[in-house]
Amino acid sequence: MSNDSDIFETAACWRDQGRGVALCTVVATWGSSPRAAGSQLLVDDKKSFLGSVSGGCIEGAVINEAVEVIADGKPRLLEFGVSDEQAWDVGLACGGKVRVFVERLE
Amino acid sequence: MRRELLAAVIEAQRAKRPVALVTVLEGGAQALMASEGLVAGDEDLAVDDVAAAAADAIGDDRCGCIETAHGQVFVQVLNPPLRMAIVGAVHISQALAPMAGLLGYEVTVIDPRRAFASADRFPDVRVVVEWPDDALRELAPDRRTAVITLTHDPKLDDPALAVALESTAFYIASLGSTRTHAGRVERLKQAGFDNADIARIHGPAGLPISARSPAEIATAILAQATQQLRGGNSS
Repeated sequence: MSNDSDIFETAACWRDQGRGVALCTVVATWGSSPRAAGSQLLVDDKKSFLGSVSGGCIEGAVINEAVEVIADGKPRLLEFGVSDEQAWDVGLACGGKVRVFVERLE
Repeated sequence: MRRELLAAVIEAQRAKRPVALVTVLEGGAQALMASEGLVAGDEDLAVDDVAAAAADAIGDDRCGCIETAHGQVFVQVLNPPLRMAIVGAVHISQALAPMAGLLGYEVTVIDPRRAFASADRFPDVRVVVEWPDDALRELAPDRRTAVITLTHDPKLDDPALAVALESTAFYIASLGSTRTHAGRVERLKQAGFDNADIARIHGPAGLPISARSPAEIATAILAQATQQLRGGNSS
């Protein structure tokens, strides 16, 4: 459990421990989505994470992208839409759409 | 994000300074802005449209994307925590204080009665043993502050409510039955407050969920404070 205000302190702490760290931020939402713009997920290179960018629907996919961003340093803008409940794709069951910015902490 | 910028974000948060982190979504250029201007980061971003958007976002406490000369920019508002002043170190406060902490409030419990306001009754909570009006005036409630009186004692609750009504506190609530509240309303009228002022006080405190236990009453109060905070805001 964390408040969003803990994210930056924890990011600095993880970085000081020598871990690769990426910060993932919800920058836009459409329709119903569980976390508002500004919500953040912190990810390290071993896929430990803190915070959230959805109700748990897209975190797995965002964490995988975050590990890529930690490796190559290139920020990415990800977009997730409605999931097809019949398929095993990544998306939001609530019918909303979110855009997530993922950046490496240098 | 550059390490120096992260350090500046953390420094602003520790100093409880309202700031906004602005990020160009194409490429990731970043700056930390206060309403007065650039705090740290990319100076090129501290131009008119971005600076104005950052100042507006801080005032509205609202994150969002804007179109600028740099392309699409995300403005993330990093305001200091919400505050909650709880008057009365009573049983309900023992539930309300930690629950409010989970909701992100920085909590202060105020009670001049030492037997109530003891540190072992309120572990990890800031407790002020002073007269509520003095303590509340010191705390200077603003529009990111909630004030809740729980003592049932007009000598303690009324002066605190008077200070709260003179402030811009976004949520003011006072525990007590409908009858107790009617008496309170009369006293505040005699003290010179008008109906519009007094209507700001939620009394009885909390949403009507038939709460009984201290934690249930705290739930009702926090739900009502949240409704007041987010009311009319669909996000």
